[in-house]
Amino acid sequence: MKSQSIGQLALAAAAVAYLLSVYFASSPVWMGFTINALIIAVVAMSWNITGGFGGLSSFGHAALYGTGAYASAILQVKYGVNALVGFAAGILAGAAMGAFIGALAFRYGLRGSYFALVTLAFAEVLRICASSFEFTGGGSGLQLKLAPGLANLQFADRTVVYTALLIVVAVVMILTALIKYSRFGAYLIAVRENEDAARALGIDTYRIKVQAMAISGAFGGLAGVLYLQLWLFIDSTVVYGSAVSVEALIGPIIGGAGTVWGPLLGTLGLHLLGEGAKHLLPNAPGLNFVLYAVVLICALRFLPQGLVGLAGKFGAFTKKQEADDA
Amino acid sequence: MLEVRNLSKSFGGLKAVTDASLDVPEGSIVGLLGPNGAGKTTCFTMIAGFTKADEGTVRFKGQDITGLPPHRICALGMIRTFQIVQPFAGLTVQENIAVGAYLHHHKRQEAMTVARDVGKRLGMGAMLDRPASSLTIAGRKRLELARALATGAKLLLLDEVMAGLIPSEITEIVGIIRKIRDEGHTFLMIEHVMQAVMSLAETAYVLNQGKMIAHGPPRELVRDPSVVEAYLGHGAAARLQEESHA
Repeated sequence: MKSQSIGQLALAAAAVAYLLSVYFASSPVWMGFTINALIIAVVAMSWNITGGFGGLSSFGHAALYGTGAYASAILQVKYGVNALVGFAAGILAGAAMGAFIGALAFRYGLRGSYFALVTLAFAEVLRICASSFEFTGGGSGLQLKLAPGLANLQFADRTVVYTALLIVVAVVMILTALIKYSRFGAYLIAVRENEDAARALGIDTYRIKVQAMAISGAFGGLAGVLYLQLWLFIDSTVVYGSAVSVEALIGPIIGGAGTVWGPLLGTLGLHLLGEGAKHLLPNAPGLNFVLYAVVLICALRFLPQGLVGLAGKFGAFTKKQEADDA
Repeated sequence: MLEVRNLSKSFGGLKAVTDASLDVPEGSIVGLLGPNGAGKTTCFTMIAGFTKADEGTVRFKGQDITGLPPHRICALGMIRTFQIVQPFAGLTVQENIAVGAYLHHHKRQEAMTVARDVGKRLGMGAMLDRPASSLTIAGRKRLELARALATGAKLLLLDEVMAGLIPSEITEIVGIIRKIRDEGHTFLMIEHVMQAVMSLAETAYVLNQGKMIAHGPPRELVRDPSVVEAYLGHGAAARLQEESHA
């Protein structure tokens, strides 16, 4: 197991301190902003499973996010299904969509930019379908009935929403850590590093990749459902739009792809930066996206391992202890 | 242990391998020799399931494995290594070996224990916690071997495991391979380093332009005129003969 460095611990501590400080800031704007960032962070963690550990860079994670949101919304609005069931169905639908895209793309051996393009195409096709069909609400989208209560997964109190989100984020991160240090995680990393060598070592790489897409789809679907339960409204652009896909990959890349903390750190950092830019230059809407682009380019050029990799260079613990144990 | 019969493969109009047959008895070390481009690696990729043979059969432990995908073949106990070694960067040496060990040990702790044992057996005990990307060429070749062993495979197909090593490193790895063989493993190895082939292999096959041109003990093969000509060109055997008589 790789040991953490002091720099990485400090970075994680800073993120936790920030997330806790939101409780005491008593600023609804700040809390609303952080809630949004956390939902995106879950999409980022979804991307991190395939893109980070598996090296399967998707450019269409909106397909998973939107499918989760739509599955739950359709069940609730059209069939009157309970929100909790919708929640589970959204996760499953995301996983199924992930597995389907993966099975199809990997069946034909797509990798790298070809895989990215196919995922983008899937997301766009789904977006157009969702805006055209009647059962998805067409261009006007789907609206959940406002009915606060635990059974409906709707909470009037923002603090409760925030706490629930923090728990979800923590659970997803714990699952990510479990995956990372499991047989599946090792196989996924092996596939990323050298697929032929992985096959030679007895790994069914096709199966591993499809499984990774399914897990990523479950996380992505989860994020979509969270968005739906928070805003009670979705339409095709909001959940299937390419902005979601971009946000899904930019956070992990800047934070550190293939790490447990990277997606959260990257997403929080970026959103803080974007929010700061909005306040500094209120007359330039969309400036945050320009800023994202600049930060992304810099990260790709100077921080191949993202913030986590950078922080890892500071105060690395020596491995002496472990060597003595062995 | 391994029986290859009449294996053929062409890429477009190019016949890479024609009618190649070979046998690897259990517990032996068999060499596969031949000049560059002779089709040795293509043979390996077909035997290990990476490319489909146009014709021919491969039997392993009596079972027909022709056309099985590599991961199934590996699970049966036969594994190939690669000429160009590429450790899984971003993982430590021990974690790299564990990727192989996971095949039959699903728990991380078990796999890591197996990985440490295999690593130590190959003299990599001091490197286990180092990132795999920091290894030298010799270290990487050893890692390749360790990863393959950790899968529990009994038959190892080694593709130029000595290439790029200095003589002292070759001596070390020759010793390691002999030790592994004595522990009950079987080897089929592509090798250009004749020093290694001579001291390790009991028999060797020589491939030239996709065809098996000779087979026998390596010491006899180096005197075989068809083998000499494969390496040095037409008429070379006769000229050498004359020179040695003169």
